[in-house]
Amino acid sequence: MHVSRRGFFKVCAAGMTGSSLATMGFAPTAVLAEVRQYKLAHATETRSICPYCSVSCGTLVYSMGDKSRNAKARIFHIEGDPDNPVNRGSLCPKGAGLLDMVHSPLRLTHPEVREPGSNQWKRISWDEAFDRIARHMKADRDANFVDKNDAGLTVNRWTTTGFLASSAASNEPSYLSIKVMRALGVVAIDTQARI
Amino acid sequence: MTNHWVDIKNADLVLIMGGNAAEAHICGFKWVQEAKHVRRAKLVVVDPRFTRSAAVADFYAPIRAGTDIAFLAGVINYLLENDKLQHEYVNAYTNAAFLIDPDYGFEDGLFTGYNAEKRSYDKATWRYQMGEDGFAKVDPTLQDPNCVFQLMKKHFARYDADAVSNITGTPKDAFLKVCEMIAECSAPDRVMTILYALGWTQHSVGSQNIRTMAMIQLLLGNMGMPGGGINALRGHANVQGVTDMCPFTANLPGYLSAPTERDATAEAYVAARTTKPLRPGQMNFYGNFPKWWVSLMKTWYGDAATAENGWAYDWLPKPDGSYDVLAMFERMHQGRMNGFFCQGFNPLASVAHKGKVSAALAKLKYLVVMDPLATDTSEFWKNYGEYNDVDPRQIQTEVFRLPAELFAEHEGSFTNSGRVIQWHWKAADGPGETRGDLEIIAQLYTRLRDLYAKEGGALPDPVLNLTWPYRQPTRPSADEVAREVSGRALRDLTDAAGNVVVKAGDQLAGFAQLRDDGSTASGNWIYCGSYSQAGNLTARRDNSDPSGLGQTLNWGFAWPANRRIIYNRASCDPSGKPWDPKRALLRWTGTAWGGNDVPDMRPNAAPEEGVGPFIMNAEGVARLFAPGMIEGPFPEHYEPFETPLARNPLHPDKPEVTSNPAARVYKGDMELFGKADEFPYVATTYRLAEHFHFWTKTSVINAVLQPEHFVEISEELAAEKGIGKGDVVKVRSNRGEIKAVAVVTKRIPVLQVDGRKVHTVGIPLHYGFKGETKPGYITNTLTPFVGDANSQTPEYKAFLVDIEKA
Ligand code: SF4
Repeated sequence: MHVSRRGFFKVCAAGMTGSSLATMGFAPTAVLAEVRQYKLAHATETRSICPYCSVSCGTLVYSMGDKSRNAKARIFHIEGDPDNPVNRGSLCPKGAGLLDMVHSPLRLTHPEVREPGSNQWKRISWDEAFDRIARHMKADRDANFVDKNDAGLTVNRWTTTGFLASSAASNEPSYLSIKVMRALGVVAIDTQARI
Repeated sequence: MTNHWVDIKNADLVLIMGGNAAEAHICGFKWVQEAKHVRRAKLVVVDPRFTRSAAVADFYAPIRAGTDIAFLAGVINYLLENDKLQHEYVNAYTNAAFLIDPDYGFEDGLFTGYNAEKRSYDKATWRYQMGEDGFAKVDPTLQDPNCVFQLMKKHFARYDADAVSNITGTPKDAFLKVCEMIAECSAPDRVMTILYALGWTQHSVGSQNIRTMAMIQLLLGNMGMPGGGINALRGHANVQGVTDMCPFTANLPGYLSAPTERDATAEAYVAARTTKPLRPGQMNFYGNFPKWWVSLMKTWYGDAATAENGWAYDWLPKPDGSYDVLAMFERMHQGRMNGFFCQGFNPLASVAHKGKVSAALAKLKYLVVMDPLATDTSEFWKNYGEYNDVDPRQIQTEVFRLPAELFAEHEGSFTNSGRVIQWHWKAADGPGETRGDLEIIAQLYTRLRDLYAKEGGALPDPVLNLTWPYRQPTRPSADEVAREVSGRALRDLTDAAGNVVVKAGDQLAGFAQLRDDGSTASGNWIYCGSYSQAGNLTARRDNSDPSGLGQTLNWGFAWPANRRIIYNRASCDPSGKPWDPKRALLRWTGTAWGGNDVPDMRPNAAPEEGVGPFIMNAEGVARLFAPGMIEGPFPEHYEPFETPLARNPLHPDKPEVTSNPAARVYKGDMELFGKADEFPYVATTYRLAEHFHFWTKTSVINAVLQPEHFVEISEELAAEKGIGKGDVVKVRSNRGEIKAVAVVTKRIPVLQVDGRKVHTVGIPLHYGFKGETKPGYITNTLTPFVGDANSQTPEYKAFLVDIEKA
């Protein structure tokens, strides 16, 4: 019996069990009595893209938890997507470490503020963070907005707050950020792409 | 990239210069290996370091960092001297035959029109001679002394092999060997591709590095060819997409030139950007500018954008100068900015001259960092001993840190450097209270909008009238935004006969359907059609490749118009037959263009019509002479701002042309350029296979693989300075110093340049004080605060340092 790697997952998803099939060369029927189940067989497979370099390799992200209401999905494995025409299943030493970025000890988990002159972070709620930032923005915009230049030309610009856009953000948030910043009159906009 | 990753396999010669794909773009590099194995292609690497790309190359030539123009100009001279051109291509598809203003000239390193005080050019003479018919004049015989071809020959004649070797330090025989290999690709059925990255852009002459190469590709007839083109490998996974959205002061989405103070009215603004054809019968695609711009304004302001109010033109901000990242930090440093947002961006580590960036951030009233990870920038105010020696009590900036989701925690699209837009799906929620960037922006916007509605304030109108059609106003979905970016019909669109071709509300099939009467909306014209009535085409996953060329036209969606190789009309001769039938991308079928790609040409433009393949240019042809460039219509070698030579060997007695005479240098930064007597070694920053920028240092496995900051020097320099393998060394520039471990290798060549010996110090950039790696200094403590004259990309790749045992 010839079962391709992904064909094998389909087999598993259809209710068969089997762990060491790939390594032992057994047909699925021969391993029904095995003890430990193959973890990937129960995983949810999601197609994603390595966010590091601009090869933008296709990835398969495996998570536990089937996304049902009470389950919280947790990513436990990431590998190259063999369907992707560019990387054809491979990942490099950067992309192969993606799981460690997802679960990095340096992940931020809640909004924080560092008050002027302080030496530490203070946890705050999202509401407080959004309200305080919006207040800062409005105060700065209202105080420094330039509607006309010296020649009397309408320029409607806000020069005192700037925005640096990520090259790792997806297209949609990138577009939305620009839409909002332009509407506010922000002219100090740049991105990592430049450097 | 004009081409794409998989297309590299179609090349006969791969040149890697200004990049190191084997370590920085590893899974893309496999297509170089494929070309080598399957096509027997050759790989040539030119680099200041013997990189891992060089290790598998058929030929490697060393070069001094910052002298690529001299090398490539030498190649151009070689091609012209030895008549290794694809003549038919050059004549038909470039501006070689165009006549230039007789007053144009070049002398002693300067083009006509230079103003030393302003460090800029008046380009009045850098222009075509215009005929009475309103078109540019040409001399198809290429004999007129003012035609581009003759001017080009004269300009590059100075770059003979001896001059090139003297400037670049590349041994003459190695240089000539590379020339010979490149010259073979002037045959119509031999194609070279060039893969470059930040090793070309991060120079004060970065744009001209790339342009010089583009000229070579045109002279060889390689633009538009499968296996050819100019291929920028680029940085992040979505650096291309974010660039396309244009978070730049000077551009609106889709590279539309944004209004400036010179554009008093909407009409004047549009007129100045709507080009007229410079030769008869050309497509002059920029003539469509009004359709793209009006569709954008309708997207943003809906019914509030009308023909009467110039499509809400007044609401677009008009800047009072530059706001690229260096300019922004300069303003911040001068105390002229109060607030700053860093969205997934770590400028303390990634912008030049860390000391200046840190001092600038300390002058802000508020800083907002949105990031999935704790970055160095977010803690610029915190003391990390020698690595970040600041006093928090003195820093009054209020810093907010907002936890954002990572790539696998939301859906959306990324555009790879081959312009292929690919959708990615959500696998899990982020940890704790993380939220997506879409929501963070939407929350800030809706709160501000409510404040303006309630309290009024400075010009509330654009804030209150911005379209916000999302089902959950504080949580727009990526799907909704992707539809908006692509675009839809606002009214029924009819053809000339009055038939409805697109119903009101339907998604548009492509930018050809955009109109300038307010009946269409598209947030980014080059993405138009990526989400059509057929659905989200970026999510397509059919990887079939019937042509075998690797085009996979049904995988994702490539902008523009799902075209995989741009300028592909140039892959055929003027009569419409492929230059190389074995690598046929397109052909004229007698009634239309067809083949293995979406034609970059009006589909029914018969070859006899003579429509040029470079449709974005009003000339219809590519520019060997390019007046758009800031520092000259032809490339010229200028030294890096920190040069080991103290002179430009081409113009030894003209100090004002030692370095790029039209590059912007701020007061205070000029004085901080180091001199060779105090800082004798050329430094160049680089990337490691195991790390990505300042990002992977937060991942345990990558930190284990490359745990500690090091600098790389040659055995010869190590011996001279008494530095042993593994010693801690101090590297100083005129802006600061770092300490790191010395790695002594054979990979860094020692070069003979302009009569002296030049040593290079290689400095990986991935370290900092925040991370799972060992705490380290930030490499950009050392780098100079000066950018390329056109793009303002900082000069990270060539500066001066001293090194000693710590
Ligand atoms: S896996 Fe490596 S080559 Fe692929 S996108 Fe990620 S960093 Fe780039």
